[in-house]
Amino acid sequence: MIPGLPRSGWLRAATLLYVVAFFIFLFLPLAVVAVFAFNDAPYPAPPWRGFTLDWFLGNDSAGRVGLFHDAELLGSIWTSFVVALWVAALSVLVGTANALLIERARFRGKGALSMLMLTPLVIPGVILGISILAFASRVADLCSDLFGVEADILRPGLPLVVLGQFSYLAAIATLTIGARLKRFDRDLEDAALNLGASRAATLWHITLPYLGPALIGSAAIAFLMSFEDFNTTLMLVGSDTPLTIMMYGRMREGATPVLNAVSLFLMVASAALALLLMRRSRRADAA
Amino acid sequence: MREGAAEAAGYRRLVLALLLAPALLWLLLLIILPHLDLALLSLRERAGPGKYVSSLAQYRNFFREPLYWHVFARTAVLAALATALTLLVAFPVAWSIAKLARGRQRALLLLLCLIPFWVSETVRTLGWMILLRESGVLPALLARLGLTAQPVELLYHDATILVGLVYSSLLFMMVPLIGSLESLDNSLIEAAYDLGGKGWSILWHIIIPHAAPGITAGCIVVFMLTLGNYLTPTLLGGKNSLWFTEQIYTQFITRFNWEQGAAFGFLLLALSSAMVWLGLKLSRQSFGDVMRRV
Repeated sequence: MIPGLPRSGWLRAATLLYVVAFFIFLFLPLAVVAVFAFNDAPYPAPPWRGFTLDWFLGNDSAGRVGLFHDAELLGSIWTSFVVALWVAALSVLVGTANALLIERARFRGKGALSMLMLTPLVIPGVILGISILAFASRVADLCSDLFGVEADILRPGLPLVVLGQFSYLAAIATLTIGARLKRFDRDLEDAALNLGASRAATLWHITLPYLGPALIGSAAIAFLMSFEDFNTTLMLVGSDTPLTIMMYGRMREGATPVLNAVSLFLMVASAALALLLMRRSRRADAA
Repeated sequence: MREGAAEAAGYRRLVLALLLAPALLWLLLLIILPHLDLALLSLRERAGPGKYVSSLAQYRNFFREPLYWHVFARTAVLAALATALTLLVAFPVAWSIAKLARGRQRALLLLLCLIPFWVSETVRTLGWMILLRESGVLPALLARLGLTAQPVELLYHDATILVGLVYSSLLFMMVPLIGSLESLDNSLIEAAYDLGGKGWSILWHIIIPHAAPGITAGCIVVFMLTLGNYLTPTLLGGKNSLWFTEQIYTQFITRFNWEQGAAFGFLLLALSSAMVWLGLKLSRQSFGDVMRRV
């Protein structure tokens, strides 16, 4: 509130109305998805025909496959989960090394390198996907031509999906971890070194614990963004389908409310993860 | 003593090499070489089975075939329109959060803005499809209210694509906007008011110049993400979406014409990079600053 400014009543009302409308706009699609997960009808559409848990538990007599019995869908959740774990681990590892490199090391070309580390963020995901697809295929072709080795790992499939998502999520991890490292009081490190600790011990006992919240935070961000990635994954996917691609395929065909059920599961899971993270970070800030 | 110094220098070099290795592997193997490869791919033409000659044919096809560049131009225009709309929709809310809300209220509103974006775009798009399709919630509501005789199809229009794009971009506009508006000193606005400034002139002469870095950062990111979006245009626009990323997918995955797909990819990348560059030039900001703002 800017105290020195007179504000007319209707302006205040209009602002309030606009903000309320904005938040309705923001939450309407999510609310609709959640509500129709419980509608007793074969398609997620009005009218409301009563409450049911069929789309979670299944109902053989009505021929409904619920989320908990939909092997294909459950399998794709598992696939996404495994991919996201790999991407999170790789991003945090490389992000930490990058942050130390940019904030600590001195070498020629550092400015250019730190700029280069940001470029994956301004390359559209589809293009990251096709460039990695094309390059990996070329290397795989070379392998089979020169050595007669079939490098299946470089053909479309989960390893390439992991690499594709990692290629830009590593940049986000670098930014997040680097930002916290920049605020670090280097006297603490100097004190440890003066007291006779080795560089490795200082890194392990002083610097990394300080970075802890940023490491956990960037791992969670990488996990969540990997789980939700569509553009890059679409280009690199093989026979194992992650959840977003599976959902996309079914949405084009006109799916049953089982998709609403899985969406509701995603909403609850990601909200829980995010809230947990925010509580942690608030405690870390307070400490 | 000198031996010790040499050892320390060697140790430092080893540490530097160890820290450089992941960064170089990442950037070289996943960014630089793949893009060079993509460039080479786009600059060749199939001359026979397994034989290729370098040529500009792929780019020539793009300009000769009206469908291709129409879709490209259409994607660019709609993305620009979506960016402008996102700014218009987000600005008043960002202002309310940054300047009108206080303490806990502000934190709560900010949290409310974030929540929908923790959920994947697929889920949000599913919501819009349930809301807008002919058998969906809004057409039924409109028919019930007597505004339309029967339920109308609200999906598969350009306006639908725009709504979807604006919706999925809001957060990326809000965050930098709120950041730049928060740093605006209230006394500047009060002074302008005391000196007789009216609402619009204060907005134009005080608020917008101050928020310019945030506005640019938001617009750059939103334009780039919108241009590269695939899910929202194809699902909300259906067969009428004619989005350029879809053309890339068709060439690469459906037709297996990687040369043409690579050329399309580069054209999209060129447009996206040009807009980023232009945005930075116009607002005289550095790339690093903008990326840290978002």
